[in-house]
Amino acid sequence: MKVLVPVKRVIDYNVKARVKPDQSGVDLANVKMSMNPFDEISVEEAVRLKEAGTATEVVVVSIGPQQCQETLRTALAMGADRGILIKTDDKVEPLAVAKLLKAVVAEESPELVILGKQAIDDDSNQTGQMLAALLDWPQGTFANEVKVDGGKANVTREIDGGLQTVALDLPAIVTTDLRLNEPRYASLPNIMKAKKKPIDMKEIGDYGVDVAPRLTTVKVTEPPVREAGEIVEDVPTLVSKLKAKGAL
Amino acid sequence: MNFIGEPTEDQLAIKDAVERTCSQFDDEYWRDIDETGEWPEAFTKAMAEGGWLGVAMPEEVGGAGLGLTEASIVMHTVARSGAGFSGASAIHLNIFGPKPLEIFGSDEQRNVHLPKIISGEQKMCFAVTEPNSGLDTSNLESKAEKQPNGDYKLYGRKIWTTGAQRADKILIIARTTPKDQCSKPYLGLSLFYTDFDKVKAGATPIPKMGRKAVECNMLFFDGYEIPKEDLIGEEGQGFKYLLHGLNPERVLFAVEAIGLGQAALAKATQYANERRVFGRAIGQNQGIAHPLAKSWAELEAAELMAYKAASKFDQKLDCGAEANAAKYLGAEAGFKACETAVLSHGGMGYAREYHVERYMREAMLARIAPVSREMILNYISERVLGLPKSY
Repeated sequence: MKVLVPVKRVIDYNVKARVKPDQSGVDLANVKMSMNPFDEISVEEAVRLKEAGTATEVVVVSIGPQQCQETLRTALAMGADRGILIKTDDKVEPLAVAKLLKAVVAEESPELVILGKQAIDDDSNQTGQMLAALLDWPQGTFANEVKVDGGKANVTREIDGGLQTVALDLPAIVTTDLRLNEPRYASLPNIMKAKKKPIDMKEIGDYGVDVAPRLTTVKVTEPPVREAGEIVEDVPTLVSKLKAKGAL
Repeated sequence: MNFIGEPTEDQLAIKDAVERTCSQFDDEYWRDIDETGEWPEAFTKAMAEGGWLGVAMPEEVGGAGLGLTEASIVMHTVARSGAGFSGASAIHLNIFGPKPLEIFGSDEQRNVHLPKIISGEQKMCFAVTEPNSGLDTSNLESKAEKQPNGDYKLYGRKIWTTGAQRADKILIIARTTPKDQCSKPYLGLSLFYTDFDKVKAGATPIPKMGRKAVECNMLFFDGYEIPKEDLIGEEGQGFKYLLHGLNPERVLFAVEAIGLGQAALAKATQYANERRVFGRAIGQNQGIAHPLAKSWAELEAAELMAYKAASKFDQKLDCGAEANAAKYLGAEAGFKACETAVLSHGGMGYAREYHVERYMREAMLARIAPVSREMILNYISERVLGLPKSY
């Protein structure tokens, strides 16, 4: 079974994001970039499937600028077998990503595509679902546990108030949630091995897909500064204060 | 002149992976072991499992075959993570210490020992310095006396041997031919890599200023047996073998001190931003801000020199001047940054809870070891400036 894992290069989760002065977006100049943490969980899950003998090959794909090659190398160092970089310096929206991934799926014929549930930069939480719709494949989103057995994937999903397990016929789409696994750190020998693993360089034009943006970002602003709270003496005071604010 | 530039993709990957590995060991971990004096075993294990101990060892014995630049990135990142010298010194010896074994050892010595050193299975310590002979290595007093069967018996004392309480192997230099029978004073010294028994060697930790978790020891040898197979290379050539590792060691010490200084600077900057006095952050006061800014500049300058030295070493160019200068600049900048961090914290800087006093105690180490500031300045005076030797 071949597993395809899309990975996105995003602002590192430790970096304090700053908005550009013209409010057109987040300032990414000289900012540390890393693999989207949910995508790390996806790579880890795919590599574990391979280590368990369930998967035979793990292919990672990234869409974005040349530096996405570093993100792919990280995935290769974690244990993926080869990479595909679809190079573009333009903004690619979730629908365009889903269309490109559909084209990659057509070329690669994986039985499972594991995506992060969302990227931490735009928090869209759309690509996996859109890809499932475009391919007309079943989807198990927000995976907390994935078991693949005899042409089926049992995906336990994190839902409001509990867990839900769905059985999917392969091929299928899985999107990963935070608690699915704890991704490994790349070891030095595996970083060295990753250098020798192939990365296929592609252009968006190779796929004949319309990736024109459909959305315009109007304005990006910093979240409002949190104001200091107030400590009250007892519960009746709290209740009366909340009532006064119209919260009760 | 392209010794400094953007790190390569591999170097970034190395830095990132080491940062992540170190992120499992937080400030409290390092503060606790500095209290208890317990070896940072979990950290050492994590670094060994990640293959980091083999960064500069050849691929055929399980290393990554990378250079001093990459080794420096590893050690710099370790120290900067907040591990400081407690972390760096716990693995420092594994990085370049086994080089004499790699370069001058027999195939058997290389193939048997190096993979085990890289995996962390063999824990080595290294003994050169003696109570009566520190920097003047050619005056070492310990003797390895050849027995009729070719084996050796070792007599003498060593001091400042790091990690001897935990080690099962020792790399040790001792005189095999009396100095007066040698054509040059540095001849007649031999290097051995042999089993280490801390009881037989009378290993005694020396209570010291900082880095309590990574102990330094006095060793006493009185007829300690060394099989002839444990001699490295040729008898009498040990000093020459050691020289090979001096420049890398200075560079690694430099980046470790710089990393520690940068950790201290980060703590001080955070505190200066958060701590409010007279209604504003103390970092708004130039009396606090400027020393921190100065430290940043000094650390960055030292870092440039250290990576220049590493780059020249990797290109097989003579890097003696740069390696010495980097050790000097790195140690001074590192210590200054730690001292500034303590002062920026005010009274809290004196409290263990804020970590910077620990950094400051550790930072003193790099100003003294592996070679004093004065000997570095002597080197530069004589070798770079061409001034007459004073001693």
